[in-house]
Amino acid sequence: MPATTVGEPWLNIAIFGVFVLITMVIVFRASRNNRTATDYYAAGRSFTGPQNGSAIAGDYLSAASFLGICGAIALNGYDGFLYSIGFLVAWLVALLLVAELLRNTGRFTMADVLSFRLRQRPVRIAAAITTLVVCFFYLLAQMAGAGGLVALLLGITDKGGQAIVIAVVGALMILYVLVGGMKGTTWVQIIKATLLIIGAGVMTIWVLAMFGFNFSGLLDGAVATSGDPAILAPGLQYGSNPIDFLSLGLALILGTAALPHVLMRFYTVPTAKEARRSVVWAIWLIGIFYVFTLVLGYGAAAIVGPEAIASAPGAANSAAPLLAFALGGSALLGIISAVAFATILAVVAGLTITAAASFSHDIYASVVKRGEPRPGQEVKVARWTVVVIGIVAILGGIVANGQNVAFLVALAFAVAASANLPTIIYSLFWKRFNTSGAMWSMIGGLASSVILIVFSPAVSGGATSMIQGVDFHWFALANPGIVSIPLAFLLGWVGTYFSRRPEDPQKAAEMDVRSLTGVGAEKAVRH
Amino acid sequence: MGDEALETTTATRPAVDFAAVEQTEQFKTLKRRHRGFVLPVTAAALVWYLAYVVLAGWAHDFMATPVWGSVNVGIILGLAQVVTTFAITMIYVGYANRKLDPVAEEIRGELEAEGVR
Repeated sequence: MPATTVGEPWLNIAIFGVFVLITMVIVFRASRNNRTATDYYAAGRSFTGPQNGSAIAGDYLSAASFLGICGAIALNGYDGFLYSIGFLVAWLVALLLVAELLRNTGRFTMADVLSFRLRQRPVRIAAAITTLVVCFFYLLAQMAGAGGLVALLLGITDKGGQAIVIAVVGALMILYVLVGGMKGTTWVQIIKATLLIIGAGVMTIWVLAMFGFNFSGLLDGAVATSGDPAILAPGLQYGSNPIDFLSLGLALILGTAALPHVLMRFYTVPTAKEARRSVVWAIWLIGIFYVFTLVLGYGAAAIVGPEAIASAPGAANSAAPLLAFALGGSALLGIISAVAFATILAVVAGLTITAAASFSHDIYASVVKRGEPRPGQEVKVARWTVVVIGIVAILGGIVANGQNVAFLVALAFAVAASANLPTIIYSLFWKRFNTSGAMWSMIGGLASSVILIVFSPAVSGGATSMIQGVDFHWFALANPGIVSIPLAFLLGWVGTYFSRRPEDPQKAAEMDVRSLTGVGAEKAVRH
Repeated sequence: MGDEALETTTATRPAVDFAAVEQTEQFKTLKRRHRGFVLPVTAAALVWYLAYVVLAGWAHDFMATPVWGSVNVGIILGLAQVVTTFAITMIYVGYANRKLDPVAEEIRGELEAEGVR
């Protein structure tokens, strides 16, 4: 076995190829009815709650969740588990405050809701910009993860070869989204979520069986292999800077309900009640999966060992694949790697269609064409945007190749929680909220979170910074959430009180009634 | 449904006085029940989560206390977060099915009978 790779690269490629083939067939079959914007962006609102819930899980359980968290637990012990808890509990905010009200008031994008009773043009432009920025950060994270995975699984170690594979992943994703639209994307996510959860479940039972179904014994094994009892308690990664950890925790729990690609999924179901059912399904699937990652992470620490993981080509991200190889040899490794690839592909597709919808629906159709685009033109623009975003994602992925995946995703959460969440909550729950408050909050939240990230140790001046060799950081925390999220809430409040321009009270009453009762909300499209 | 134009309040919609609907007892009940549940429950869940994060950040020794074999307080509290998340989810679904959906359906039915889309 060569030092740079494990298993049989050709087997990994073959299993992945089968996945691509099957999903392509499904995407082509699903795409027959992609005629209108409702079909293309919202899959004709024809998915059921359980289907959409699985797709949400597929969208949410990204490479960061599977590879990143397993690796973080294997290397940093308990501190990796803290990610899982934040990612899960965050769904309560989406379930209780956002999902149903959003489904009742919007049609395709987050901006539909935010601009409902405020002035259309400025609010839509601002919401589209924050959507694009969050999607871009998230895309970078996924594409960067693809590079590391390739290094491990296909034995491609030179940057040029990895760049080619990133380009292939990007091209596949463009094809899925162009052809399949939201319906095709949703099916890819459902299939991927099923494979991922079954795969992780099998590995979890396998690991537990090796320790006689004694979880405490598994923990002892992890301590024995790593030689460090500290992996069972918090503090290994964040012990020196707990405020940074609190900041991360805030970003995780408040970011989920403001992620544009998650919000857009609520439009693919026919009613608010189905939106609620989808979140319930998603919470169960995601929660069970994160419990699996606890076992898999400590299992990787016990069976593979932190040192072997850290020195593997993909470092922390390789914990889950290495564990699969240790358990079931080349075959299981091939299956788990194909699932991991599928994960990246499905999440990237979901992000791309969200970004494309935001540009084409919010900026092109609503602002440039003032709500009256020529028939068919909006979907055409969306498809072109998909190609452009795909190319940007490929280039960004090649540049960001090798960066820490879970960390990049946490930044996307921080930007979403700062730029989007205050405005979403205010516009749904605070009647007096106005355009000025929305603009202050969105622009202030976006600017403060991005600026603090740029001048944080995450970018320069730290041991694992993105840019090595220079130090221009003055902000002490790697995650900006603890400053930028309260600031954005405050700015929304201040901006509202500084404006003398009243909003239309009839629109506010209409939003109130529509959001709670679902009157007039678009139903499923029948073909 | 229309193709893709941005739907604003167009002349095709009958003029419904949403402000009047908002003032009906029925709607006030719905709004009170909705907010009376989601706001305090969300606040409680956030406080419980933040308490956990603060313990994990500042009380390492407490979290490392073994309870059952090598399973310590930290792991139990983490799993407890998962359990409370599942519990809140199911309690909310039950509440919404019993207390929110019937009222919302009633109001929706009345408005849609008046021709509101």
